[in-house]
Amino acid sequence: MSDAAQIPAPNRPTLTVSDQVAIQITHMNKWYGQFHVLRDINLTVYEGERIVIAGPSGSGKSTLIRCINRLEEHQSGSILVDGTELSSDLKNIDKIRSEVGMVFQHFNLFPHLTILENCTLAPIWVRKVPRREAVETAMHFLEKVKIPEQANKFPGQLSGGQQQRVAIARSLCMKPKIMLFDEPTSALDPEMIKEVLDTMIELAEEGMTMLCVTHEMGFAQAVANRVIFMDQGQIVEQNEPYEFFNNPKSDRTKLFLSQILGH
Amino acid sequence: MHKTQFVRTQMLEPEEPPVSSRGMVGWLHANLFSNAFNAVLSLLSLAAIYWILSQVLPWMFSPTWYGTSLENCREINGPAGGACWGVIRERWLQLLFGFYPSELYWRPIATFLLLAVALAPVLFTSVPRKLMYFTAVYPFLMPWLLWGGSIWNPIVAAMGFALGYGVYRVIYDHFGNLAASIGALVAPVLWWLFLAAPASSLLQGVIPLGIEPVQSRLFGGFMLSLTIGVVGIALSLPLGILLALGRQSDLLIVRSLSVGFIEFIRGVPLITLLFVASTLLNIFMPPGTNFDIILRVIIMVTLFAAAYMAEVIRGGLAALPRGQYEAADALGLDFWLAQRLVIMPQALKISIPGIVSTFIGMFKDTTLVSIIGLLDPLGLLRSIRADANWNGIVWELYGFVALLFFIACFSMSRYSLYLERKLRTGHQ
Repeated sequence: MSDAAQIPAPNRPTLTVSDQVAIQITHMNKWYGQFHVLRDINLTVYEGERIVIAGPSGSGKSTLIRCINRLEEHQSGSILVDGTELSSDLKNIDKIRSEVGMVFQHFNLFPHLTILENCTLAPIWVRKVPRREAVETAMHFLEKVKIPEQANKFPGQLSGGQQQRVAIARSLCMKPKIMLFDEPTSALDPEMIKEVLDTMIELAEEGMTMLCVTHEMGFAQAVANRVIFMDQGQIVEQNEPYEFFNNPKSDRTKLFLSQILGH
Repeated sequence: MHKTQFVRTQMLEPEEPPVSSRGMVGWLHANLFSNAFNAVLSLLSLAAIYWILSQVLPWMFSPTWYGTSLENCREINGPAGGACWGVIRERWLQLLFGFYPSELYWRPIATFLLLAVALAPVLFTSVPRKLMYFTAVYPFLMPWLLWGGSIWNPIVAAMGFALGYGVYRVIYDHFGNLAASIGALVAPVLWWLFLAAPASSLLQGVIPLGIEPVQSRLFGGFMLSLTIGVVGIALSLPLGILLALGRQSDLLIVRSLSVGFIEFIRGVPLITLLFVASTLLNIFMPPGTNFDIILRVIIMVTLFAAAYMAEVIRGGLAALPRGQYEAADALGLDFWLAQRLVIMPQALKISIPGIVSTFIGMFKDTTLVSIIGLLDPLGLLRSIRADANWNGIVWELYGFVALLFFIACFSMSRYSLYLERKLRTGHQ
């Protein structure tokens, strides 16, 4: 994939991709009971890549990225994150989780803690960062997502868009190497989607390795260097975004694109 | 055709609400007389309240505080009748302390005053945190003050915990978390079972320090209810949390044991457990062991309350969205950290009304110990009413005991409301 480093698309910042492997998934399968949700997934993600995963609901795209930090357990094949294999070894799982940030559709902020406490909780208790340093880091990232003035409020007092930006800041406070986004804008009002996408675009421009499950095709065109299309638990097509949107190869992709872009 | 276009040319100033919905009139209208039916209900209720008070108040305010017997009270009250408060004046100390030696009353009094001090930092965040050290010492201080004996007993008991901690640190560095946890559990238990008693008497032999011991059979009155209630409450909450977590565990054996325990205890009346504590347990014990009756009762009451507590907390856990667990996992918090920092604070907050209900229910259930012969307030009432002087008195005595329990339970209830208000964050 390193040859995709320079993407010749109009109106896009030039983003570089390294040839260091960040995530390596080989022949991974997952079942829910009898139901085969993920079928023979092979995926290599390089450091600095911004991947958008699209597909109809139930296609397994959320399950795929949730396997990467072991919120879901895969049954066969292997997943290597930053060189560490995900197995049932708890030490490995905790190590990977502290290096992989995740942003959820429903934000999942901790409602009993203030915004600042949400952001300092994991650094203090998992990374053992001194409190003062954790607060400084948290304020730095809250400024970055443009809501430092809300630091002492509770999540319930913020709008959806603000909550999602806090959720992004909370993940960043752990200084992750990889960020996973699970439909980050799907639960937001239309006017709040932009503020979250802007934050994500900024993050992408700084070279963060990102995997986003999203229906925001504008975001895919703006920052992704690769779009993956999934259906029925399989990767059906992947390509750089310009080709993906303008010249889809498989019929299933064409149908999907015509449905989401048709109106 | 309708004309639907409209443009406002002048903005309206805010006005006062109409007279009928503000001030005294508004309040009366909204709360008592909002319509004809409610007005009738209000008037009927006021009449009922008036009738009850007109019966009870004259009875209550009777000048019988110094009555020496029921006969004497009747003479003072005359034909109008009235309460006989002399019995309370004569027996209130007994109702509070049972047969605890009267020259040692300062000990239970100190115990419960210090209990307030120990509880303060737990209940109110505005109290200095340093007081928590005293809260940690209190569990050892309390039994020593109440039962007396050598000062070395509580110290040796506390050393068990220090030993557990020490063993954990030593094993953790070499063999990891699981082995350390087991070691930290086993070492203190062995210490308490086999070494604590000799160590205590050895130390007592070298440096004799202690206060006069008081036998459990002298305990009684409201003090006994408070002792059982407070210890039961303090122990049943953590035990209930562990049982609730056990019930949700992925480990089959842990889950089955938790479910079995909870369902068994909830399926058996408390009185049965108390009978087991008072009679059957002695049969299973090696002959000669003297396992304190109050301790046995406390254990049974705690287990009983813990089973209910576990179900209340399970309700709180079930009400938490899965996303909270996932977010905690995704941030790299391990199971215990996630429980402690994310899950439990929220689950317990949701469960506050249920937890406090269980506390209150359990505290009132402590009166059942009168059936197995302990002299809690109700047990004492029986003997007081058997006294020739006071034979026939019911309302005054039961009213007094009811008042004591009401004060305790109502305080718990108000505290839980305060806590709920304080913990309310945002508007979700």
